[in-house]
Amino acid sequence: MNRQRLALWWFVGTLVIALLSMLVPLPDVLEPFKPYWPALVLLYWSLESGERVTLGLAFTMGLAADLLDGALLGEQALRLTALVFIALRFRSRLRFFPMWQQTLAVLALLVNDRILLTIVRVFAGDALPPASWWISPFVGAALWPFVFLLLDDLRMRLRLQ
Amino acid sequence: MNKDTSPLFAGSTGTLRLIGYLALAMVLMVLDHRNGWMWRIRYGAAVAVEPLYRLAGLPVEGMRTLSVAFADRQRLTEQNQRLREDLLLANAKLNRMAAVAQQNEHLKELLDTQRSLELNVQLARVVGVDLGAYRHRLLLNVGARDGVKPGQPVIDARGVMGQVIQALPTTSVVMLITDPNNALPVTVERTGLRTIAYGSREGDRLVLPTIPMAADVREGDRLLTSGLGGRFPPGFPVGEVTRVAPATTGMFLEAQAQPSADISRSEDVLLLHDQAEPVGPPEPVPPMGPPVDLAPAEAGDARKTTPPAKGQP
Repeated sequence: MNRQRLALWWFVGTLVIALLSMLVPLPDVLEPFKPYWPALVLLYWSLESGERVTLGLAFTMGLAADLLDGALLGEQALRLTALVFIALRFRSRLRFFPMWQQTLAVLALLVNDRILLTIVRVFAGDALPPASWWISPFVGAALWPFVFLLLDDLRMRLRLQ
Repeated sequence: MNKDTSPLFAGSTGTLRLIGYLALAMVLMVLDHRNGWMWRIRYGAAVAVEPLYRLAGLPVEGMRTLSVAFADRQRLTEQNQRLREDLLLANAKLNRMAAVAQQNEHLKELLDTQRSLELNVQLARVVGVDLGAYRHRLLLNVGARDGVKPGQPVIDARGVMGQVIQALPTTSVVMLITDPNNALPVTVERTGLRTIAYGSREGDRLVLPTIPMAADVREGDRLLTSGLGGRFPPGFPVGEVTRVAPATTGMFLEAQAQPSADISRSEDVLLLHDQAEPVGPPEPVPPMGPPVDLAPAEAGDARKTTPPAKGQP
């Protein structure tokens, strides 16, 4: 009972931390390298504990992210819903991929996410972003093994399911 | 698996659900784009949003504190020396300017204009929060409760930084002049040519795409706010022209400029409080005519008062 509650807090806590780290700025030079943290954490949870992550949760988290830093209400909600849908669809396959294949899959998901974002922004009347815009998914994919192992390790240590 | 038999309605990952959520997100985006809902919701949710901003700003704040705490003595001494020199220089300039300013005030009094050289400013600190990469926004630690209103110009020691676009209760959001959505009326200091500076796609410089072909603009020209549009007061440094070339359309010259303000590194900024006088047609003058006692209504009064005078003798 208590352990279940702790597990829930841990789950919510990682999501909130993901939102906060999205807000923390990097030095100017590193700015384009910032990964999209909410996507990484949501991906981890949708692979590891697929029954907890639903499209509704992704949508709600996207709305919260939009409220915090977005340009358009609903933009990140759209992106995260699409991302989580694909991840849940291929969950059973993605889970048992070796790490390098999983990383490639995450890269594809993140690039897809960026494409969605670009489409939304162009429709909203913004100029096309500069080339450095496309670096972020690669950084996100490169960080994926570490995020995955770190979160998994912490979860094992706390003996949460 | 039950899920696989009817994928359309399957549990939490059904395609129908996905379509529903995506449609909802799109409706939200369109509504927000049309009506600017988000700012209103963000204002309403400020109780929850602002503490999160402060929390997310802590790492940057901590880095600043650490960099001061662990800065070695020599660097601090150097910095102190530099600041002192700057202050000396600025004071010397100010002293020279004082006489000119006084003369200027006097002449303006003679000309009967209201514009003054006084500045009414409020100091604000930048909260280190990333409001979406590639949107060029800053978060300040003062808000509507401190009297901040949308539209106020924001400057630093070197020049114009941007303008407040949204005031939450205790924080406010600034749109930088390098934002691609920002346009700023400027004038070239050397020639007095007026044009408009836009933010650039790359976001670290200004673009002036509509300079007439025959105009005289060179590298190194300083740009000042022109005060047209009535949002920024005239005469503040905006940037320095770094490149001039014919635009791709061939109808204009296109110049690029480096902003004078320390856009990415400023920690303290100034909010200008007296908004610039709106430039435009002057206020309608109160109807003027012959003196009041000659007006018809007054004439009636005069008639009323005159009879007794007549009747007296």
